[in-house]
Amino acid sequence: MRRIHVLVPALLLVAGCSTIGEDSGGGGAPSSDRVVLITHDSFSLPKPLIKKFEDESGYDLVVRGSGDAGVLTNKLVLTKDDPLGDVSFGVDNTFASRALDAGVFAPYDAPLPDGADQYRLPGDDDHDLTPIDNGNVCVNVDDTWFAAHHLAPPRTLDDLVDPAYRDLFVTPGAATSSPGMAFLLTTIAKYGEDGWQDWWATLLANGAKLVDGWSQAYEVDFTQGGGKGDRPIVLSYDSSPAFTVSGGKSSTSALLDTCFRQVEYAGVLAGAQNPKGAEALVDFLLTPEVQAALPESMYVFPVDASVPLPTEWAKFAKQPTDPYAVDPADISAHRDEWLRAWSDVTSR
Amino acid sequence: MTRWSSLSRPLALAALAAVPLAVLGVFFVLPVLGMISEGFWSGGAFDPGAVLEVLGRPRVHRVVWFTVWSALAGTAFSLLLGIPAAHLLHRRSFPGRRLLRAALLVPFVLPTVVVGVAFRELIGEAGPLGFLGLDGSAGAIVAGLVFFNVAVVIRAVGAAWESLDPRPAEAAAALGAGPAHVLRTVTLPMLRPAIVSAASVVFLFCATAFGVVLTLGGLRYSSVETEIYLLTTNLLDLQAAAALSIVQLLAITALLFVTSRLRAVPDPSLARSTARPPRVSRGDWPGVLATALVVVLVGLPIAALVAGSLQVGDGYGLANYRALTTEGSRNALLVPATQALLTSLRTAVDATWMALSLGLLVAVVVTRRSRTRSERRARGVLDGLFMLPLGVSAVTLGFGFLITLDRPPVDFRDSLLLVPIAQALVALPLVVRTLAPVLGGVDDRQRQAAASLGAGPLRTFLTVDLPVVWKPLLAAAGFAFAVSLGEFGATSFLAREDHPTLPIVIFHLIGHPGAMNYGMALAASVLLAATTAAVLLLVERLRVPSVGSF
Repeated sequence: MRRIHVLVPALLLVAGCSTIGEDSGGGGAPSSDRVVLITHDSFSLPKPLIKKFEDESGYDLVVRGSGDAGVLTNKLVLTKDDPLGDVSFGVDNTFASRALDAGVFAPYDAPLPDGADQYRLPGDDDHDLTPIDNGNVCVNVDDTWFAAHHLAPPRTLDDLVDPAYRDLFVTPGAATSSPGMAFLLTTIAKYGEDGWQDWWATLLANGAKLVDGWSQAYEVDFTQGGGKGDRPIVLSYDSSPAFTVSGGKSSTSALLDTCFRQVEYAGVLAGAQNPKGAEALVDFLLTPEVQAALPESMYVFPVDASVPLPTEWAKFAKQPTDPYAVDPADISAHRDEWLRAWSDVTSR
Repeated sequence: MTRWSSLSRPLALAALAAVPLAVLGVFFVLPVLGMISEGFWSGGAFDPGAVLEVLGRPRVHRVVWFTVWSALAGTAFSLLLGIPAAHLLHRRSFPGRRLLRAALLVPFVLPTVVVGVAFRELIGEAGPLGFLGLDGSAGAIVAGLVFFNVAVVIRAVGAAWESLDPRPAEAAAALGAGPAHVLRTVTLPMLRPAIVSAASVVFLFCATAFGVVLTLGGLRYSSVETEIYLLTTNLLDLQAAAALSIVQLLAITALLFVTSRLRAVPDPSLARSTARPPRVSRGDWPGVLATALVVVLVGLPIAALVAGSLQVGDGYGLANYRALTTEGSRNALLVPATQALLTSLRTAVDATWMALSLGLLVAVVVTRRSRTRSERRARGVLDGLFMLPLGVSAVTLGFGFLITLDRPPVDFRDSLLLVPIAQALVALPLVVRTLAPVLGGVDDRQRQAAASLGAGPLRTFLTVDLPVVWKPLLAAAGFAFAVSLGEFGATSFLAREDHPTLPIVIFHLIGHPGAMNYGMALAASVLLAATTAAVLLLVERLRVPSVGSF
């Protein structure tokens, strides 16, 4: 009898916790009443904004987000015959060509806000993709460290291989990190097909440290990160200085001559069950409200030049005027080869 | 009568095996085959040559070799530390033993991304252990593997050891055998099935480790798992990924063959008792030493984590913990971390009951005494089949789900249940490997006696098997719960944006700039660790009162 006394409440507790039978969160709504957004795990917008979209468009927004831009792109390519949803946000300019070549998107010519035209994907003549946000991957330096050590901080890629900065730089690797890949592309754009491998060999000989991802580089090894590391030069973003502000001053700055621009796009998926809803979502992402929310929600700059930035961003997150660029079609064609060559140089 | 039973026996076993087999077929075999065949059919044409060509690449050889030796080293050290610690923690009584047992399982649930941070804050250039020069070395990878897996050995071996009859060992000692001699000739042979089981599971965990290799190895090392991730998510080179998946499958098959040989003992039946464990004595120094080492290895990174989570600006405080009920300093999260914890717990409950019910069925089927050679072989294959999910990349499984489970009757891509099902599949081998050695040790004559006294199969199970298997069942429940709470690879693929689990939220927080997000990530990890320990303590308290009277 006592056995029953113990087990019955335990079983009831367990049954109460189960997720079985829970409303499947819009999953049951007919496909014409909902828009399914396929995105990466960094997608985030304030709830009132999402509510506003749902109220004004009359569609339920269902968000499916996982992985990074690479995972997202490959998911879309692999499921293109039976798409996971109606619309996608988050494919960036380093992966976009792969998605376009596979025919993942259907053309949609959304009316672009002021200044957004410059972010269009080169080669996307059918306007499959609509630019939504942008941000630059740049080398960052800890200004307080350099002031304390009476050393002028580096300014360019050439400076990073200067023996004066030996053992001071940490960067995430290109094979495992999206900013790391952007940095590899920066060096390919700067030193060309023939020169970048030598530059990397010199960089590593100069004591640069490679780690697997941005969190490791910034939070563990960088002197201004959460873990108080011991390297004052790190690969991060142009927006990062806005996050190291204290007492009205930022302790870090981005080197604007070392930047690679990443642009994130939205697009209507070919074969979408609700193409009208998909187009409505792309338009929604371009509205001033969403554009203004991008810095705080997703740590990126809006493509709409007329939207005001948060105070700290306006003051400390300077954007480069002429970042390095590599043609998206080139990236798509050579990604494999470049990464292999990079792995060979860096694991030597 | 005998004719009827000789026919109905295989049928009954097949019926028991049917449900687990169906689940495995739909949620594992189908998706994995789907991904592998994507590699074989490139551009619409069947092209196996391209896949085989990949196997000849020198890089692939390097990757496979590193995977094998690092996993072997991780397994060896986990056993070396885990077995003596299991003795102390499960066969000796001392205050705080239960708490310690639960605490040692904590690493198992911690997301590697956070453990990587904690580890590297200790061993990195600027850390207190930086002088060891471990950062970015193979040694750091092996230490990380042991950190995550030593609890598996302690728990699985400990569960078997706990209910082992101490009398043969006592008899040997009374006859003059020294402790080492008793251990070698009496205890270890009896524990061999459990040790081999634990070792095979740990080896699979080590061989498929992902974050540890990348984070602690400083990009200098690649394992099969990291290579499949790179090939699938970045390069979309599905041929090479398929080739490596096949290598994984072949390697597991070989491993299972070897371990089934090692596990087999002439007479698995063991007398069991649940005598009260004695106090710690001088002769227990190996166990005390190993436990102390494990506590240091597990405790230091966790201490670093706790210290980091309490750091606010230049001082200390609880602000990071208070922030867990919010959506992050700058709306970094769609849901507060506390709500994610709730999702994690609810998902874990589902994953646990799924893994336990499937695992119990499998364990019962594979341990019943076989009457014919082919029956035994069929059981062996079945046993191995359920180990496969441990050895296959979560990425392969995740992408496979998307491309194969996409149309009725199995359009599961939207379902909330996909996450617990995937987690249950990962936990299933642990459950089976914890239960099978114990069920295999039940003397079949007891069941025969029960049957001849008129008990039906269910009654026989309840009176003979359940009392013996109850403790290991709790251990397995703890395992399954912990696996589910900590699972990241498959979950990150399948979880829905509006229902993230806590590890996903932690990953999200630590990937974004801002001191607050970093602090919250650490605080959320501590919360996850504390919750796990608390749940495991509760689970251990659930006991069937009849145990002990038997």
